[in-house]
Amino acid sequence: MKSVDLVQSARYHREKGELVVVDREKVHALVREAKSESLEEKDILINTLHKVQDYFGNYIPVEAAEIVAEELVVPKSKVYEVLTFYTMFSTKPRGKYVIRVCVNLPCHVTGGREIVQTLKELLGVQFGETTKDGLFTLETTSCLGLCGVAPVIMINDQYYGDLTPKKVKELIENLRSGGDAR
Amino acid sequence: MPLTATTILICAGGACISAGEESVKQALEKEIEKYALNDVVRVVETGCMGACSLGPLMVIYPEGVFYQKLTPQAARKIVEEHILKGRIVKEYLYKMPTGEVIPEAVEKLPFFAKQVKIATRNVGYIDPLNIEEYIARDGYFALAKVLKNMSPEQVIEEVKASGLRGRGGAGFPTGLKWELTRKSKGERKYIVCNADEGDPGAFMDRSVLEGDPHTVLEAMTIGGYAIGANQGYIYVRAEYPLAIERLNAAISQAKEYGFLGENIMGSGFSFDIEIRIGAGAFVCGEETALIASIEGRRGQPRVKPPYPAQSGVWGCPTVINNVETFACIPPIIVNGANWFRSIGTEKSPGTKVFALAGKITNTGLVEVPMGITLKELLYEIGGGSSTGKKIKAVQTGGPSGGCIPSEHFDTPVDYESLQKLGAIMGSGGMIVMDEDDCMVDVARFFLEFTVDESCGKCTPCREGTRQMLKILDRITSGEGTEEDLDELEHLANVIKDTSLCGLGQTAPNPVLSTLRYYRNEYEAHVKEKRCPSLKCKQLIRYVIDPTKCVGCTACARVCPVNAISGEVRKVHQIDNEVCIRCGSCIEVCRFGAISKVSP
Repeated sequence: MKSVDLVQSARYHREKGELVVVDREKVHALVREAKSESLEEKDILINTLHKVQDYFGNYIPVEAAEIVAEELVVPKSKVYEVLTFYTMFSTKPRGKYVIRVCVNLPCHVTGGREIVQTLKELLGVQFGETTKDGLFTLETTSCLGLCGVAPVIMINDQYYGDLTPKKVKELIENLRSGGDAR
Repeated sequence: MPLTATTILICAGGACISAGEESVKQALEKEIEKYALNDVVRVVETGCMGACSLGPLMVIYPEGVFYQKLTPQAARKIVEEHILKGRIVKEYLYKMPTGEVIPEAVEKLPFFAKQVKIATRNVGYIDPLNIEEYIARDGYFALAKVLKNMSPEQVIEEVKASGLRGRGGAGFPTGLKWELTRKSKGERKYIVCNADEGDPGAFMDRSVLEGDPHTVLEAMTIGGYAIGANQGYIYVRAEYPLAIERLNAAISQAKEYGFLGENIMGSGFSFDIEIRIGAGAFVCGEETALIASIEGRRGQPRVKPPYPAQSGVWGCPTVINNVETFACIPPIIVNGANWFRSIGTEKSPGTKVFALAGKITNTGLVEVPMGITLKELLYEIGGGSSTGKKIKAVQTGGPSGGCIPSEHFDTPVDYESLQKLGAIMGSGGMIVMDEDDCMVDVARFFLEFTVDESCGKCTPCREGTRQMLKILDRITSGEGTEEDLDELEHLANVIKDTSLCGLGQTAPNPVLSTLRYYRNEYEAHVKEKRCPSLKCKQLIRYVIDPTKCVGCTACARVCPVNAISGEVRKVHQIDNEVCIRCGSCIEVCRFGAISKVSP
């Protein structure tokens, strides 16, 4: 994964009270790329933020958000507003693996409650929190549309269905020991 | 496209992928390579075939043999036996509950045979990444017909005459929407496809986007021609990365073939489509919130009127249709309005795609004519309960809908009939619940969802739903009173009447419908502090039957909080003060000695 090192270095700097290292030129390039892909320029804030977040691996540093505001000529307040409204954006670094748990009724009636319980126990975090080793962030998600194989979770861009507490345990252990997300 | 003797269609819908489709496909290809069959066997990854509970699955043509629950090992065996020697591999065929195996399940199984496919006509049959396969099944023929032979007014007339109604939930006549937008004054106009499918339990849009992306592009272009728009947006939720990927691929192919862009098919009409990706906000499925999000703002709804037909994206007249609605347009243009009207009911013509989820045997997607009864849908096609217990109710329309108890399963499924029962068609999600499900818990669950997803702009929705949730929390934890039930109903009606957008106006529906049909369950919770379905944790206790317990200590060892005590070979006890009601002990007890009781 391309940007994990950057995330970790950013966290390291933050802990020491130093400034986060943000490759300003890269962020500028990302905004320009978003502009070139769109017919209209005034509506690309969300798409641009997606690009920036993908680059930094699961979060958008304040410094990068400021560059986006400058480049798109929108007030910083508006960028902040959008960043905090949508649950998929984060201004805080998240784990290498973002685990999104579907907490909707189709998953609930087919054993989702036990999946949530198992994940919380295994990771030792609540929803919205990241494990101390920076590996996992646990979040809820609205319906993933895989109700045919409920209960379902999503780890980064991958779906996992027909889950049982046992399968979840294996999945987490595999990721912890350096296995791939699929 | 190479001509091959055998074509293997392997389902690459989201559910099958999550069940390991990738490794099955790899094994298949490797084996085909090994026997040098590349020239005679072709493997095609299609969109979702609908039978999600049987995945990963594939169909081998020309025989039409349906294989299910595949593994890499199964794939190897099928190549060796079926492809090489022409022998059907029985162990991976579909088994009927009677034990009989059916090789041609796609034609004979009620789950498939009872379906009528219009919106999902190509999903599961073609390679979504290959535009030529779409064209081979009449793709872009409707667009050609429209651009060569029809005026925009004629297109609108045809859609109006078909009686097609919005498949996103509200059921507004599509033709009328187009006509209103065409008549609105504006220099620019827009066509928007609402692919922000967020209703829990609904996944038909996802399947169309992933399995047949070109149909959406074609229909949007037809819509653009009809209303006089030159640009379209597809607003997709970020939770669907595969759909986004396939849409992007389809857009570039369509441009390459001249079906999108400048001067389409030499007609002088130009149309372009762009994708806008959401970022995890349910409310963005509401059309005015969706517009705000397309414009790059917080997705908050606004007061209507003006409707998007008058003032939509950037203040310009805009048509917003749902994915499934668009998917019905090309067949209507090709086959005519009368053909469409001949299917379904008078007021709800055509078909509807339903997503079967929850405690039902055949989970997945089915497209059936409107007017089919719930009984046919849930029992004949859906195969009935998956748990062996009786189906108690079905929730339609997600958090905006209501639940329908089994006594009403003779009701035909159409917009009006469902509304009469206090439910709605919604986008077609059907969540099946059995006797183990507590209806108060279900209502509470949906409320929790609404509280979470309320955008916070208007007070009734933001504060009202929160108060309703508090009351439901009290009821499910045994602290509710009889007055709470009246208060709940009162509050629900106020929120319904005074909320700004559809989200708030429909948020109380699950509570109102469960109160209507299952008031006795609510009363049991408040009067007797009892949960009849043994679901609400604070109202149940775990007990050990001393006549069945042999003292094997399995339960005591598995209990995460050490709530179970007892010596070896002596009857054990559960301390319900300590017990967290996780159910682990019931699972491990081999003697059926532990059960839940309420109170």
